[in-house]
Amino acid sequence: MTDELPRTDAAADSVGDTQFAAGEPLLRIEGVAKRFGTFRAVDGVSLDIKSGEFFALLGPSGCGKTTLLRMLAGFEAPDQGRILLGGKDIAQALPHERPINMMFQNYALFPHLAVRDNIAFGLKRAGMARADIATRVAEMVALVKLDGLEKRKPDQLSGGQRQRVALARALARRPQLLLLDEPLAALDKKLRESTQGELMELQRRLGMTFIIVTHDQEEAMTMASRIGVMRDGKLAQVASPRELYEAPRSRWIAEFVGDINLFDGESKLRDGHRLVIGTRDAGALVVAEPREPVGAGKFSVAIRPEKVKLSRRGPVREAGHETAINQLDGVIADVCYLGGTTTYKVKLDAGGMLQASVANSARLDVDAYGLNQPVVAWFTPDDCVVLPS
Amino acid sequence: MSARRIFARPARFAAIAPYVWMVLFFLVPFGFVLKISLSQTAIAQPPYEPVFDLMAGWGALKAAFAALSIDNFKLLASDDIYVFAYVRSLTVAVTATALLLLIGYPIAYGMTRLPTRWQAVAMVLVIVPFWTSFLIRIYAWINILQHDGLLNQILLALHLVSQPVVWLSTDSAMYIGIVYSYLPFMILPLYATLAKMEPVLEEAASDLGAPRWQVFWLVTFPLSLPGVGAGVLLCFIPIVGEFVIPDLLAGSNSLMIGQTLWLEFFTNKDWPVASAAAIVLLVVLLVPLLLYERLQKRQLEQVR
Amino acid sequence: MRKISRLSRFNIASLALGLAFLYLPILILVIYSFNASRLVTVWGGWSLRWYHEFFNDRAMIEAAWMSLRVAVSSATIATLIGTLAALALSRGERFRGRTLFSGMLYAPLVMPEVITGLSLLLLFVALNAERGFWTVTIAHATLTMCFVAVVVQSRLGSLDRSLEEAAMDLGCDPVQAFVAVTLPLIAPAIVAGWMLAFTLSLDDLVIASFTTGPGSATLPIRIYSEVRLGVKPEINAICTLVIALIAVVIIIASLASKLSSSRGESAAPL
Repeated sequence: MTDELPRTDAAADSVGDTQFAAGEPLLRIEGVAKRFGTFRAVDGVSLDIKSGEFFALLGPSGCGKTTLLRMLAGFEAPDQGRILLGGKDIAQALPHERPINMMFQNYALFPHLAVRDNIAFGLKRAGMARADIATRVAEMVALVKLDGLEKRKPDQLSGGQRQRVALARALARRPQLLLLDEPLAALDKKLRESTQGELMELQRRLGMTFIIVTHDQEEAMTMASRIGVMRDGKLAQVASPRELYEAPRSRWIAEFVGDINLFDGESKLRDGHRLVIGTRDAGALVVAEPREPVGAGKFSVAIRPEKVKLSRRGPVREAGHETAINQLDGVIADVCYLGGTTTYKVKLDAGGMLQASVANSARLDVDAYGLNQPVVAWFTPDDCVVLPS
Repeated sequence: MSARRIFARPARFAAIAPYVWMVLFFLVPFGFVLKISLSQTAIAQPPYEPVFDLMAGWGALKAAFAALSIDNFKLLASDDIYVFAYVRSLTVAVTATALLLLIGYPIAYGMTRLPTRWQAVAMVLVIVPFWTSFLIRIYAWINILQHDGLLNQILLALHLVSQPVVWLSTDSAMYIGIVYSYLPFMILPLYATLAKMEPVLEEAASDLGAPRWQVFWLVTFPLSLPGVGAGVLLCFIPIVGEFVIPDLLAGSNSLMIGQTLWLEFFTNKDWPVASAAAIVLLVVLLVPLLLYERLQKRQLEQVR
Repeated sequence: MRKISRLSRFNIASLALGLAFLYLPILILVIYSFNASRLVTVWGGWSLRWYHEFFNDRAMIEAAWMSLRVAVSSATIATLIGTLAALALSRGERFRGRTLFSGMLYAPLVMPEVITGLSLLLLFVALNAERGFWTVTIAHATLTMCFVAVVVQSRLGSLDRSLEEAAMDLGCDPVQAFVAVTLPLIAPAIVAGWMLAFTLSLDDLVIASFTTGPGSATLPIRIYSEVRLGVKPEINAICTLVIALIAVVIIIASLASKLSSSRGESAAPL
């Protein structure tokens, strides 16, 4: 096992597109492609991952994220491209030759071995001395809080405990890179949330590099410092969670990550940094000009439901909304109470449907809107994202 | 009330017919074997005495009981022919089962490595010979192994031998026949366990640094042990009592117990000794039979 | 370039050799059944001569007819009772003697045939039954119903039990649910079980030798007595006919299993 690698001194920049600070990244994926028959599972992916990062590969099933992960682990060989780990091309190395370990989706614990032997499996293969193995196993058991369960077989453990064994087993060899394939998918919601926190804590404490594959965007957003969204074998966007959510690069990403209202239209007017876009379903919308300037043409205006505020229509209007430039009249068409928030569907007078998510800040329903109640929906130009159609 | 419980009662009725059948035609006959093994040979029809005649009254029945003896078992234990036959049966069965495992495992393992669609095809290909006649398959080998048979012709043509090799009536011919006939019985349970195993376990082992051969010995093989056990028992038990294969392919100078039993029964018409031989064979096989039974039941429990 | 391929050269070699080992002898037998020469080992051109010989051999034909009758009737009995046994095993909860019951069903699968044959004969002698068609049929049914039970039971085990529950939820009583839902789903296994019982009966030498009476030899008994005297081309022809018959049976069985099941292995006899 190779030990320390040259660490990049650049702090993990959270708004990282694919620009890199000086110094080698830990992992560099260059133009990697993999085909199964005529199906392009991974189609020219390039990506750099720095040491100490918690990176998430996010995408719908069949997008190629698992294939990419399996190529990193060595279970598939890429048809094209290079995979450099610490500057060395490992694309064709066999799995057991790589200083990379993986936590498998359903854990893949060896059913015939006790917890202790599962954790020690990789250490024995590395030719570690018996005493050192015992020490390391004890260390790992303590790390993932499995004390007292060392002699159990996997089928005598709960789902959460199995997940911990799998983690300990993968971490025991102190890999340069830990791959996690949907590590929390088999856990129930409560356990998943607490485990997310523990995983992040662990990653920070050990200073290790994690790559997680998940289809659950909330999970990716919670844990990862950077997210790569994959679609049809390609990386659609690589960004920090915030950037991904607030500045998606395409309509598809905007819809895939979280809920969003989309209105198609054409740009009509430019007023300083403001752009007026005429939409069919919501009338004219004033939006802030995107960072990269756009010309005339067809656009979609995207607005997240929680950015939309609602007010009663009528003589008494609430403060704030008078100044808002985008004000759309409509009636409540659907109410969905979710506990922390309520999601309203507003049938706009202009014809379209707008979703608004309102925090339930008061216990009594004084602020709630009823079905068919006329309302004004409003939002600022800065809350809108302009996307190419 | 769960639906399963509603189902329990009709199922209990379903058990009646097979239960009665198996008691009558499987269990009760063993009672007769036991009884006749304790009787004496007689030149009569049936060729043994005493004959229990329920019509003859209590006294006659008691006399018949008194006439039972363990002489036949004493004979089996004292006569070298029988002792050798049992020893030979066990040696042949152990050797043949080991050969079957050695040959069958790579085939079963190779099958699990095929793409799923081809696995089904390979499965059928392995099963089909099992459906074709046992006797015919042995006969096919006689064709090949005889003095001027195909095997010798090929060996002569390739100048590997200068004159025909004697294959028939040798132990090699018998082992070929046994392996050939029982191979599907070994492959199928092995394949079943190997195919059930998740390939991700092998991946996990190699991810943790095990090269290919270690992956096999540390993960694949230990996990296939139930299949190995089933295959071994499924072959071993019937081979011990095998009659047709040694009779047609092996030499006649040392007999297996199945042959001895057949000889006593059909040629010497000594039914009591044949019965005693059967009882001893059953006792010899009791341990593997019970093991097999437990294995089957565990599998059944897994399915349920 | 090193590639991680699942199928190594060793795997391919062992598969190819294994299948060749299983099939070549049978293939050679079939080819030689069309040999014109009287000498079994000399190729004398293609001919149907030995098939003619067989069809003129009254004793052989009679034995074949006996075997077919036994196979059909014993397979039918075995399928009926074996299916019931499978149901009792996989659907019934604990009942008294269940362990004995499953033991009696599994033991004959591996029990040496000489023991089964001998014990049944002694039973028939004790019952003073006339030995012939019926005794062989009963003996074969006893052996093969265990195979049927295993085949049907494995299919029942893989069946989703909520299907039956759904049927009952929708108003079927247990018997109706069985007839309307379970039976159609296990039908391929029942057909496969019958086929297996049929071929096993057609194949059996040892048990039939014990349980049959004078003058009613089955085909394997006749073949065996011929084979003991040495290889005869006519036997090749008979064997080829038996193989052809079994091949037809297998094709029907696999078609039957394809008809309703999506799982490829459900037709597997073991």
